[in-house]
Amino acid sequence: MSGAFDILLALALLWSAWRTLTTQDLGRAVVMFIVFGLLMTLAWARLDAPDIALAEAAIGAGLTGALLLDALGHLGRKGGRRRP
Amino acid sequence: MKGHNLLVRLVIPILALVLGGTLVFAILDLAAAPVDLRGMVAARMAVSGVTHPVTAVLLNFRGYDTLLEVAVLLLALLGILAVLRPVATTPVSRPGLPVLETLAGMAVPLMVLVAGYLLWAGAHRPGGAFQAGAVLAAAGVLLHLAGRLPAWVSPPMFLRLGLGFGFLVFLTVAALLLAEGALLRYPPAHAGVLILLIESGLTLSLGLILAGLYLVLAPPPRREDGGGEESGAP
Amino acid sequence: MTPGLIFALAGVGLFVLGLGGVILLAQSLRRILAFNLMGSGVFLVLVGLAQRDGNPDPVPQAMVLTGIVVAVAATALALALARQFGDREDA
Repeated sequence: MSGAFDILLALALLWSAWRTLTTQDLGRAVVMFIVFGLLMTLAWARLDAPDIALAEAAIGAGLTGALLLDALGHLGRKGGRRRP
Repeated sequence: MKGHNLLVRLVIPILALVLGGTLVFAILDLAAAPVDLRGMVAARMAVSGVTHPVTAVLLNFRGYDTLLEVAVLLLALLGILAVLRPVATTPVSRPGLPVLETLAGMAVPLMVLVAGYLLWAGAHRPGGAFQAGAVLAAAGVLLHLAGRLPAWVSPPMFLRLGLGFGFLVFLTVAALLLAEGALLRYPPAHAGVLILLIESGLTLSLGLILAGLYLVLAPPPRREDGGGEESGAP
Repeated sequence: MTPGLIFALAGVGLFVLGLGGVILLAQSLRRILAFNLMGSGVFLVLVGLAQRDGNPDPVPQAMVLTGIVVAVAATALALALARQFGDREDA
């Protein structure tokens, strides 16, 4: 039974990663990346790695998400530098 | 040119699938590991000074890797400070929303408490310096978003001391132990105290470094008015 | 099929996805996202392969803990570089 959950979680990981890379909108890509980070937290919990789960939630999803969202604000609509 | 683009977009995914398939076959075909690291760690937990195996590996058995990792973090922060051209000479605060300010006021003391608990609990259950430092950094980000903490332009001296403090504590302990014998070989009687000391310094520094990674990148982009404010504070 | 094996295979998929993304994508931010996906894939393979017999192994877990923190520092540095020297917007 738990094997089915693990397989579903692995598929969700791959799906959210695929969506991160193929979404047209950059903002949506960053949000999908945060979702991917939270799914990774679940994966670490399933792998009996609570230390990694804590760190992934705080650093991988949280801090990296904050950094990426701030970077979005600095880039233009097409994802390049704003003209100086 | 379009044909060339199409070829690339076909060939790369096919190569990626071939690579993926090879790796999957390699994983499924893997024999059992010849080295039993798990057993080796479990056999030596008594002399490590803590009871949680991950903390023991991180701070004792592979402490050298953790020492170098903190150095890498410091280098990354220095790299960011070196690359970014300063956009304002005075630190910039965001305007705060009332709900966010209230939430930050309630949440940040709790987060500091949680960080302290995680640091203490790392000895015998999941936790430790990295998780505690991450919670402190999150508190810093929350304070910045609520308008209480300005973004960093050029960190003042006490902040710079705090950034380097954890690494210096770790390095000092390592150097003192080097004088006695091997690098980072804790005497078993004092291993627990040494690990707690190192982790405390690491928590403080990691919180500052991780918050710094965010706060240095946080200032808003330069306004389009001729760029008069160039000189960055040294 | 232990969880370790399942997530190790997922890690391979993530690594290959990220690699394709780094090669094929154009914008710096998307490349940084793809690179992080590769990193997460590697972490899953590291822990998953070591735990493919079902028991937790502290050594790769400590290594991945280190890896996650270094990855966020590298991402921050990459974002700073992308901001200063990244793709120019088209006129």
